[in-house]
Amino acid sequence: MERFINTILIGISGGSIYGLMALALVLVWRSTRVVNFAQAGQAILSTYIGYVVISHTNNYWLAFPVAVISGALIGALVDILLIRIMVKRAHQGPVAAIAPVIATLGLLGLIRAVVGLIWGGDLRQFKLPVTNHGFTFGHTTIPFAPINLLIVVITFLVMLIFALIFQRTNLGLALRASAYQPEIARLSGIRVDLTRTIGWAFAGSAGAIAGILVTPTNYLAPNSLDLLLVSGFVAAVIGGLESLVGAAVGGLILGIGLAFVLEYVSSSLAFPAAFMVLIAVLLVKPAGLIGSKRSRNA
Amino acid sequence: MSGLVITNLEVNHGAIRAVRNLSFTVESGQLAAVIGANGAGKTTLLRALSGLKHVHAGNATWHETSIINKKPENLVRSGIVHVSDGKAVIPELSVKENLALSGIWRKDKKDVARATTEVLDLFPILAARLSQSADSLSGGERQMLAIGRALIARPSLLLLDEPSLGLAPLIIEQIFSAINSLRHTYDLTVLLVEQNATSALQIADIGIIINLGELVTVGPSHSLLNDPALRAAYLGY
Repeated sequence: MERFINTILIGISGGSIYGLMALALVLVWRSTRVVNFAQAGQAILSTYIGYVVISHTNNYWLAFPVAVISGALIGALVDILLIRIMVKRAHQGPVAAIAPVIATLGLLGLIRAVVGLIWGGDLRQFKLPVTNHGFTFGHTTIPFAPINLLIVVITFLVMLIFALIFQRTNLGLALRASAYQPEIARLSGIRVDLTRTIGWAFAGSAGAIAGILVTPTNYLAPNSLDLLLVSGFVAAVIGGLESLVGAAVGGLILGIGLAFVLEYVSSSLAFPAAFMVLIAVLLVKPAGLIGSKRSRNA
Repeated sequence: MSGLVITNLEVNHGAIRAVRNLSFTVESGQLAAVIGANGAGKTTLLRALSGLKHVHAGNATWHETSIINKKPENLVRSGIVHVSDGKAVIPELSVKENLALSGIWRKDKKDVARATTEVLDLFPILAARLSQSADSLSGGERQMLAIGRALIARPSLLLLDEPSLGLAPLIIEQIFSAINSLRHTYDLTVLLVEQNATSALQIADIGIIINLGELVTVGPSHSLLNDPALRAAYLGY
């Protein structure tokens, strides 16, 4: 029983990170219909910027907001300098859907190479904001540590803030309208291009939060978030790609599922299992387990 | 003096020149019905006027200011509001959110509230459905919602694309009488694109008949309604 609960707790912590990454992918997919492979690059660049702040100040809590703001700016720049232009230039025919996606794949490679040029390829330790020694109850120490609790709490807060923005504010209404029906949004006077850029900025900040939360439990390298991108995609697909709640729930389902595979089956099966979940979901329910009924084109 | 002045307008739809050398004038405060068969270029004309389509040549001015090749959202903000066809609502949003869309960028929030109240008085059925998703509305209710949302932007020029499309005759009558009353209430200039020629011409001041993108004739709507040759050729009876 104790082992079971420990596995769930660790799964929730891992799933939170997947959920954040999925949120970053869903925000971009909803607003621009682009599957953003560059998200892993944007997140790693933001995390390296946070790393620079830590190496100068030794203060994680200063690095955190700097990384988040950098993530938002990087996201906005990717949209303005690349995606917006691509979507306008390749707006018809078979290339319209695929060209921006391939461009994000190219951008991922480019950002990783630039990060490698600036900081080198070696694995770096990242300062822990709180300890990674598990909580102790009496004589038992559980695997779930303050760092895991921090990850869960911050993820919850981020999700809550995004949910409030989307459901309760005019900006959220503009974001949803621009995502669902950009033409009607325009004809209602909404600046859809600007709104989309804000969507990319939000996505960039969510990816940066995922990066700066997970890196202390792992290590930092130019490609250290690549697997997170895959997990984020799996979580987003489980959640149906469209909804923020879906991203969160998809992340938790994947996180807990992987934790059980790791704990009860074999630690070498975790990532094959993630891909198996991805393919199974796509085969059985392509719209996602909690996807919307309607398929949309715009 | 003049409201909407269109001169030698040329607009492509895909590879086809859908609007050719089109010129006409709608005086401020008039309701003009644009009549023509399917494929006559009516929708392309409206989309060009609301900034959704690129204008190849010619010009269109509203109160002496050119409105061609501008961003749709900027045209809306300057009072030119297009209600596109297909019951232009966002089904994923609630009725209230659909209405709120054209108020969120407006500075005068008191007037947004006032406009919203006016719309709900004009279409009481929407008031009863505020928190429902727009997806649950009937075709007629969606059209009311789309027109209502346009009104909250406080338009001076209203571009309506086939508001009667797919609606039952009784609902069409309701929609047309609403259009007729609101244009007097708000002193609107209206460009109404319709295949339902008779209903449109009955509330219109002038009729503009186009065919294959070109102007056939423009004149007072009552004389168009009574012209046997035109009736046979374009009005279908």
